Amino acid sequence: MAKTIEEINERIRRGEAVVVTAEEIIDLVEVKGVEEVARTVDVVTTGTFGPMCSSGAFINLGHAQPRIKIQRAWLNEVPAYCGIAAVDIYIGATEMAEHDPLNEVFPGEFRYGGGHVIEDLVARRKVRLRAEAYGTDCYPNRHWEKEITLDDVKEAWLFNPRNAYQNYNVAVNLSDRVIYTYMGVLRPNLGNANYCSAGQLSPLLNDPLFRTIGIGTRIFLGGGVGYVVWPGTQHNTDVPRGANGTPTRPAGTIAVIGDLRGMNPRYLTAYSMLGYGATLAVGIGIPIPVLDEETVRYAAVRDDDLVAPVVDYSVDYPQGTGRVLGEVTYAQLKSGRIVVEGKEVPTAPLSSYSRAREIAQTLKTWIRQGEFLLTEPVELLPCATREGR
Amino acid sequence: MVRHKIVLHFPHEQVDKPIVSKLVRDYGLDFNILKASITPREEGLLVLEVTGEEEDYLRGMEYLRSCGVSIQPLSQDVRRNEDRCTHCGACLAVCPTDALSLDRESWEVRFSEEECVACELCVRVCPPRAMEIHY
Ligand code: SF4
Ligand code: SF4
Repeated sequence: MAKTIEEINERIRRGEAVVVTAEEIIDLVEVKGVEEVARTVDVVTTGTFGPMCSSGAFINLGHAQPRIKIQRAWLNEVPAYCGIAAVDIYIGATEMAEHDPLNEVFPGEFRYGGGHVIEDLVARRKVRLRAEAYGTDCYPNRHWEKEITLDDVKEAWLFNPRNAYQNYNVAVNLSDRVIYTYMGVLRPNLGNANYCSAGQLSPLLNDPLFRTIGIGTRIFLGGGVGYVVWPGTQHNTDVPRGANGTPTRPAGTIAVIGDLRGMNPRYLTAYSMLGYGATLAVGIGIPIPVLDEETVRYAAVRDDDLVAPVVDYSVDYPQGTGRVLGEVTYAQLKSGRIVVEGKEVPTAPLSSYSRAREIAQTLKTWIRQGEFLLTEPVELLPCATREGR
Repeated sequence: MVRHKIVLHFPHEQVDKPIVSKLVRDYGLDFNILKASITPREEGLLVLEVTGEEEDYLRGMEYLRSCGVSIQPLSQDVRRNEDRCTHCGACLAVCPTDALSLDRESWEVRFSEEECVACELCVRVCPPRAMEIHY
């Protein structure tokens, strides 16, 4: 009894679509069984909100008078990449403002970086542009300074090369000193463990073999609408998997795009990670069309069945040894304590589960109200397991 | 008589020494321990309410400083900017009290001003900088 995306969209248009979140579907399957849920539910919504360093925005500034072919540019003193035409620039989330003390006084605070510029723009705050050029016959201007806002640049798109990691490491510290990482502060001698995934709500863990998510999938991105455009960088599906097909190591990723103008700083928030750097927390929600019973079985995955690797961030991660200290489930992580090398270790998330829920609920509302239609992917993302490679 | 609430930071090597008990014996001060813990940097952290004569209090504080203990009045306040908190949980690992805790139903991080000793450890750790110092 398979459904098509077109049939589901028809129900969405008529305001009749049955939509549940990836959390709600767990109990529903428990009560009604896979077969009935596949028949009655149309869409499962997912959500995640966490720091995603591989993020940034393309901005076309519009032309100056006289014209300038920008060679170097800064937004609020944060350097932007300018090696593309005259007034196209790319501002990366982890780029730091000039003259930031970085880690000179350790651990550095990293108060303002590219992520902050992006949040400022989305919050409709003014941002100072400074640009320099060498001057040509067709672009004679050598210097341009002005205040810009999101509304007066020509285009501004979020374009993130790697987001929404399918599963992630649990970070611990085996050394005898505090370490400051992109996974937060890690106390010595297994003092704490930080994890960073929404687990059972996480988009790519609910479609572990990429049976529905592909190029062109319309998604919730940063509070607005975006699209999956490509597998993300480091997309890797050739990984160990549990019985339910979910990867037990960091695996697939997606590259996403969306108009910054529709976004909201609540779901696109600048982060400063002590001793590490600046970044951007991104909210992503992906709708999974219920095409068949298989889709339901995958989307009903629960935290007890999702496994993450525990990795030491004092030596093994920085040195790239590949050593894994052990495996834990998201249910154990969310209980607040895990056992690593015989020691009880308190856990904390870095990914906001409350905001992930909010995103899955928001997407559910959009679809129910007929405002958000699903897309047929132009092509599915590569997956070694699905393709039998 | 004066009564002060203060936060003491003990350097690593002083953590085990009975410095505070000398306040009673040699300076005639009374104290109440409101909170005691070891911070992630392995420093001692003690929140005291001290009562005694003004002069004894000042001499007592002088003595603590000579032992390398840093003293902070508890008059300043750490508050949370609720609009900026994303409930990420990064602060949970560093808060030495239960002022920041995770509600496992709503998955929101709760902040309790009553339990906060204004040690400021969370301030720089909070990624969106939601924890603010108010004077
Ligand atoms: S670290 Fe900051 S944003 Fe995260 S939960 Fe704590 S107070 Fe909220
Ligand atoms: S200042 Fe922050 S870390 Fe210190 S007690 Fe208060 S909430 Fe906890």
